[in-house]
Amino acid sequence: MARITMREAISQALWEEMERDPNVFIMGEEVGVWGGSYAVTKGFYDHFGPERVKDTPISEAAIIGAAIGAALTGLRPVAEIMTINFAFSAFEHIVNQAAKFHYMFAGQMEVPLVIRTVSGGGRQLAATHSQSPDVVFAHFPGLIVVAPGTPEDAKGLLRSAIRINDPVFFIESATLYQSRGEVAEGENLIPIGKSKIQRPGKDVTIVTYSKMLETSMKAADQLAQEGVDVEIVDLRTLRPLDMEPVLESFKKTNRAVIVEEGWRSFGVGAEVAARIYEEAFDYADAPIQRVAQKEVPLPYNRTLEQLALPQVEDVIKAVKEVL
Amino acid sequence: MAQIISMPKLGFDMAEGTLVRWVIHEGEMVTKGAVLAEIETDKATVEVESEFVGVLVSQLVPQGTVVPINDPIAVIGEPGEQVNIDAFLGKPAGGEKPSALERSVEGVTVQTASALSASAPTVEAPTGEPGSLRASPLARSMATELGIDLRMVQGTGPGGRITKKDIESYQAKAPEPVIAKTPSAVHMPPALTSKAFIRETHNLPLPKLRAAIGRRMTESMQQSPHFYVTHDYDVGALLDRRKEINALLSEDDKLSVNDFVVRAVALSLLEFPNLNASLDIKNSTLIYHGEINVGVAVAVENGLLTVVNRNTDQKSVHQISSEIKIVIKRAREGKVRSEDIEGSTFTVSNLGMYEVDQFTAIINPPEAAILAVGSARQVPVITNGEIKIGNRMKATLSVDHRVSDGAEGAKFLQALAKYIEEPMRLLI
Repeated sequence: MARITMREAISQALWEEMERDPNVFIMGEEVGVWGGSYAVTKGFYDHFGPERVKDTPISEAAIIGAAIGAALTGLRPVAEIMTINFAFSAFEHIVNQAAKFHYMFAGQMEVPLVIRTVSGGGRQLAATHSQSPDVVFAHFPGLIVVAPGTPEDAKGLLRSAIRINDPVFFIESATLYQSRGEVAEGENLIPIGKSKIQRPGKDVTIVTYSKMLETSMKAADQLAQEGVDVEIVDLRTLRPLDMEPVLESFKKTNRAVIVEEGWRSFGVGAEVAARIYEEAFDYADAPIQRVAQKEVPLPYNRTLEQLALPQVEDVIKAVKEVL
Repeated sequence: MAQIISMPKLGFDMAEGTLVRWVIHEGEMVTKGAVLAEIETDKATVEVESEFVGVLVSQLVPQGTVVPINDPIAVIGEPGEQVNIDAFLGKPAGGEKPSALERSVEGVTVQTASALSASAPTVEAPTGEPGSLRASPLARSMATELGIDLRMVQGTGPGGRITKKDIESYQAKAPEPVIAKTPSAVHMPPALTSKAFIRETHNLPLPKLRAAIGRRMTESMQQSPHFYVTHDYDVGALLDRRKEINALLSEDDKLSVNDFVVRAVALSLLEFPNLNASLDIKNSTLIYHGEINVGVAVAVENGLLTVVNRNTDQKSVHQISSEIKIVIKRAREGKVRSEDIEGSTFTVSNLGMYEVDQFTAIINPPEAAILAVGSARQVPVITNGEIKIGNRMKATLSVDHRVSDGAEGAKFLQALAKYIEEPMRLLI
């Protein structure tokens, strides 16, 4: 088993799927000659050629529109939107076209499209380039939204995403590309729509995903030194949301903290907390706590940016609230 | 033929009741008059008796449910009878779980779908909702399951909330389920009577009975304009007659001064229908009650209850006395029944045993008047220019001015004098 970075894991998934299936191709801004703005597709252009690694104009609407068209003809495009902030320019195509074709044409049309994009702040890219609006996309039935937090999950989930016939919005975290984790050799497809216990514990349940998995893991390590045994459930997929492991964990620990990088209002925390209360109200031993980004446009100033983003200390504080 | 037991209407203003405890389990035999369940109303906890003989086929509501009056709470069938509950209650068939709807009753070996109420070991435990108490949902469901009264548990969670840990540590200290009788199920910490209790500030939840009394008394004082009339009665003859009679009676059968007063009140009310009435303000109606049912205020743990003596005007002092004794005993043991406390038309409150000269009482809604009776005491009285020792007892009538006026109240007290001062009238 190799210990590789998230970047390598995603890169491997793309490479192996393109080797496996000639219908899979990549398109996006600077994905070809330049090798991707996060260097995920470095070397792809030389190996697979310009037909399958297509540089596009700087027009997200054009990228997604073209990708949907390609998908409808039977190809399996992996379109890259440089950051999730730019996906708003293609919002109509993503939520009103890609997400609806299958339904609107009574199943006659399928859109086997993967949109890879990058979410999250913390790199001083200021308010318009640092957002985590993951839930906005998870709002729409018809669109699968995946957001892995470990290299292994990223690789296995991306391979599954490319193989299924529904549009998948695949969210990567800008500050996780360098994080390392064990990734098994071989195909190792990970099913979409399955949450996972990333750390077993018995005292409190943290529900989280993507970048905040890393933050929560650090918090759990510190809490362990104080004798608090945290269980962490990684959602991995926001839509469809798999509550089974969450509810199972909550029924055991009776307390939950939900950690997300995006804003609190109408967020993942709101959704997960509501579902816990609906399904397991009588197991609650403390009000559920939410850790999320402060309700401000993310500041450019480094200190302020870090203040606005959820930190390890915030998670520890919230866990102590529910204990 | 199966029969439905419904939430009884236990009072003039009762809209719903909380089913606090099932006494009979599903599948158990029921005799007529057997206590099926305990129900908590605004006023007290009362027992619901079966009107039928048979087998309790189904408890339709779990313990702790608030049920509107006349809604079904249980089904009683004949042994061996197959009852399709939903069809029987006139509901559309569920279809999804026919086995849960169709229950077979064969003696006591019935399989019940609602294991919740039947198997939970809460037989001797109070399950009342503790109002303003802060407890987590988990703590509440654990308390219900374990039969723990949450008011007994010290909360250590945020804001003093009772959590799972508190239930567990309470249980470790007191492993036996708390056996509590309502309404004396209103617990105070054991330290209440100790001197140490005084030295600290305690924020304790308002007991249910206390809250009910407060609500009703506030309603009475806010809504009905009270006026008060006091009369001083010569009770010399009454005390003499009582002494003579009690000499003939066994210790636990003796008559109290109040027993005479209650009968005197009942006989006087025959002439004053206005004071045996209730005002239905919503419908601008005066309800003249067809019975004279005298209520007697009884101090119980954490409050008071008004127990009722029915058709008091038609009973002897001795009969009144023994009936009231039985009901008071039930009230003090928390075993009060609905008919014990519902339906009074006029109330007597007697603080005579506490050496009270006189006091005024708040009308017990929806009644129109209440009589507050003080102590019988020896006082100097002037008769024919000479000071002699006399026996006097003051009584103050509180009357709802919307129903009656001062002159009528005064006349009532005069009529009462006729009976109290010439007690032979009470004995014939």
